[in-house]
Amino acid sequence: MSRAARFKLGVIKRTVELTIDGVAVEVPEGATILDACNKLGIVTPTLCYLSTLTPVNACRVCVVEVEKARVLAPACSRKVEPGMVVHTDSERVRHSRRMVFELLSSSVDMSLVSGEVKGWIDSYGSDAARYGPPAPPAKVGERDARHAGHHHAVDGSVAETVAQPVKIDNDLYVRDYSRCILCYKCVEACGEDAQNTFAIAVAGRGFDARIATEFDAPLTDSACVYCGNCIGVCPTGALMPKSEYDLRQQGRWDEARQTVTQTVCSFCGVGCNLDLTVQDNAIVRVDSPLEHSVTHGHLCIKGRFGFQHVQNLPD
Amino acid sequence: MDLRLRGSDPTPAERATVDLFLLSSGVSEQANGRAANTGHEARAHRHLLLPALHSLQDEIGWISEGALSYVCERLTVPPADAYGVASFYALFSLRPRPPLVAHVCDDIVCMKKGAEDIIATLQDKLGPESSEEGAATWLRSPCLGQCERAPALLWQRAGSDDRSHAPASSEAVGRLLADGLFDAPERGTAPQTETPRDPRLRLLRRIGLVDPTDLDDYRGHGGYSALRRAVRLGPEGIARELADSKLMGRGGAAFPIGAKWDAVAKAPVRPHYVICNADESEPGTFKDRILMEEDPFALIEAVTIAGYATGAERGYIYIRGEYPLATHRLEDAIAQARARGMLGGNVMGEDFVFDIELRRGAGAYICGEETALMNSIEGFRGEPRNKPPFPTQVGLFGKPTAINNVETLFNVLEVLAEGGPAFAGIGTKDSTGTKLFCLTGAIAKPGLYELEFGATLRELLDLAGGVTEGATIQAILLGGAAGTFIDTSDLDLPLTFEATRAASASLGSGVVHILDESSDISAVLLRIAAFMRDESCGQCVPCRVGTVRQEEALQRIVAGRKNASGQDDVALLADLVRVMSDASICGLGFTAGVAVKSALERGLLTPQGSNS
Ligand SMILES: Cc1cc2nc3c(=O)[nH]c(=O)nc-3n(C[C@H](O)[C@H](O)[C@H](O)COP(=O)(O)O)c2cc1C
Ligand code: SF4
Ligand code: SF4
Ligand code: SF4
Ligand code: FES
Ligand code: FES
Repeated sequence: MSRAARFKLGVIKRTVELTIDGVAVEVPEGATILDACNKLGIVTPTLCYLSTLTPVNACRVCVVEVEKARVLAPACSRKVEPGMVVHTDSERVRHSRRMVFELLSSSVDMSLVSGEVKGWIDSYGSDAARYGPPAPPAKVGERDARHAGHHHAVDGSVAETVAQPVKIDNDLYVRDYSRCILCYKCVEACGEDAQNTFAIAVAGRGFDARIATEFDAPLTDSACVYCGNCIGVCPTGALMPKSEYDLRQQGRWDEARQTVTQTVCSFCGVGCNLDLTVQDNAIVRVDSPLEHSVTHGHLCIKGRFGFQHVQNLPD
Repeated sequence: MDLRLRGSDPTPAERATVDLFLLSSGVSEQANGRAANTGHEARAHRHLLLPALHSLQDEIGWISEGALSYVCERLTVPPADAYGVASFYALFSLRPRPPLVAHVCDDIVCMKKGAEDIIATLQDKLGPESSEEGAATWLRSPCLGQCERAPALLWQRAGSDDRSHAPASSEAVGRLLADGLFDAPERGTAPQTETPRDPRLRLLRRIGLVDPTDLDDYRGHGGYSALRRAVRLGPEGIARELADSKLMGRGGAAFPIGAKWDAVAKAPVRPHYVICNADESEPGTFKDRILMEEDPFALIEAVTIAGYATGAERGYIYIRGEYPLATHRLEDAIAQARARGMLGGNVMGEDFVFDIELRRGAGAYICGEETALMNSIEGFRGEPRNKPPFPTQVGLFGKPTAINNVETLFNVLEVLAEGGPAFAGIGTKDSTGTKLFCLTGAIAKPGLYELEFGATLRELLDLAGGVTEGATIQAILLGGAAGTFIDTSDLDLPLTFEATRAASASLGSGVVHILDESSDISAVLLRIAAFMRDESCGQCVPCRVGTVRQEEALQRIVAGRKNASGQDDVALLADLVRVMSDASICGLGFTAGVAVKSALERGLLTPQGSNS
């Protein structure tokens, strides 16, 4: 669906009635099951969904059971139909959600996901340790070199993961793909849904699929314009401003000492709202609120990274 | 779109290859390169990405950064995107590679027919798998669709046409590496077409009799009478015949073709497209290959009928990249049909427009899934789309599309020849017509067989001369890697959609693979698990990670090793199979654990390492 279609206003829509967990609910035609769940206050876990991006329905953590359907449906993108009967907390649903969280946590470093996501992982009873000890991390460049349709022989003594060295190739942000759940959000933000730069894409196949520039070139050689919009949408901390990454490495990142100040970017006349995360009187990270009508969470290099001039700090 | 290219230049040979390809595809050279190459016109060329990559792989032997960059410049595709597409396919190499590459099948049929001997020979002569230097190298490959003449190889040759090699042997491979002489391709094996010829053949009626390189000979054997009849009936008449015939799709999902074509014909959005799914990559399957190699004009005729019936002016045949002979035969047949007015602006003088484009896959089982196939044609990664919407409404290039399997389309010719009601009289009430079976393993005469629906497994085996002398059946794999195991107690199972479904099995693509007492079922299961892991597109978590965990758990069970976390691996597998079949996006994930599950249920895999 195009952005224009999603943000179209003022069209009078028919409504659709459906039943979720035994409760009747009426939503506009074209709404998703997730929209209907939200209306009823039913919390649905999501990872690859973001209101400002085209749904890719890839993570499958939002699945629900639709009566008469053979398989579960992704709530984030399945459109409601009249008379649909949906179950969001059946044993089948809970099993799939538990397993999706479990498969992800057993193969990806999820330690920096939000508290909300951590809560879901716990409440669904996911146990990442069931698959045995993790395999040793891949060496530099090894995962990038894997060839589609081939993988090295495994014996099951360790559980494969996506662990690999952090990619640090510029001064503004780092890419720690050991934390990547392949939610496609950064690719969408860099491409058609926001930035239209197309610096990154999904490469490779299967478990060896990965986010990459062309021929895995360093960002400095790629089309990247450092808008940081990929950072803004990344749910796992795989993409992170260098300022935040360095503090974390030094063990000095401390959320208890942080405040978030909202302001307006001073670089140009567009008027993007900024959320400045400040620790010890220094800006450590800049975001833009998702709900802000001007930015939808997206910024440019100046708003996101151009904050050095407002703080005269000794090194 | 503002492209930023990294400034690696193509070599003169790479540039010439791409230029030649684009010229032949009608893309003109822009006077000032990129600047003029923007806007809608340029973006409309995205669908040429896959064939452009093929031209480089075919001619140069690999795809360098400079070459990819040049393709991007000419087609206005962001380089990161193009890299994502190129790295999706197993047949493309993005690093230097010797000009001659042997892809050796080590899949479920060939593994029992000497594949490892051939691999040992190649290792001995060429060194380890996938070397970047030397005159030749080798790679393991999933099923190459030549299973009836296992063991099989595919020789990928830079600057020259690729060659299938089956049956292969260590000696033949050694000889070939020494003298560089490739034998002419062998014919596929369909024992009922040998003398004495089985008089009951329908789909195989012309195989072995018709000259596959001659349009006139095809007409001499009754070719194009079905199209003539179709035009007389008109689209609505065809729809009626198909509905009466109760013909179901043979690509695996058994969907009624009448309903599919009708939905496309009536779809208000234009244009409409038709696609023939010739990606045949289910391990153990080779039926479509033999049909295309031996009777290519019949497929052209059937696709043309599909176009006429659904109001499409363009059809695509998407053939798997590992079928050089079938590709060649179809290219030739399309060219002859065009030259003789059987395709083009006034088909057969009947005043309708239709043409066919042949597209090659590049080593990706998932591209047989219909929506992945459409993304692949459009120049994107072969990732399946979420359904609904279904292709009959939102298909190729977002337009209403009818997609059918090769065998299904061959059946359409039969329906038109006999009439829908007569066709419905063949077979059983719910499985009408005949079915092709790919019979391999411990059987006297492996090959392609055609039987009326309703015949039992025992009748099929009898037709093929019974099991190999002295062998006893341990199990039978029905339907391929996404299929199920059955055993001798099921020999009287009628081979129909309804009877196999009732037995919790499925005909799938028609694979019937016989495993005797000497077969290692654990090895077959491990190969299937590795296959699913390799072929998962990687889009959704249940399948991307689930197939990895399935292979790991299976390895432990087979080795009799305990799970280090103290888990019961059989229960773990059950959990994995469940999430894959419930929460995946597409059929690959839904069925990725089916074979393993059925082997466990049948007690074919005795778990020694489980804690229970
Ligand atoms: C992983 C996967 C692979 C498939 N491969 C093929 C294939 O090689 N050939 C085919 O005809 N259908 C294949 N299918 C089925 C197609 O999606 C589709 O159902 C079929 O082309 C429809 O044609 P039919 O109605 O004539 O059977 C595959 C499906 C899946 C999920
Ligand atoms: S910083 Fe901006 S341009 Fe660079 S990869 Fe991220 S989204 Fe794309
Ligand atoms: S880097 Fe972040 S946003 Fe991008 S796919 Fe991975 S987890 Fe998602
Ligand atoms: S089920 Fe597997 S092949 Fe299908 S979309 Fe998901 S990851 Fe891709
Ligand atoms: S949130 Fe719905 S599939 Fe990811
Ligand atoms: S060609 Fe080897 S298994 Fe099919």
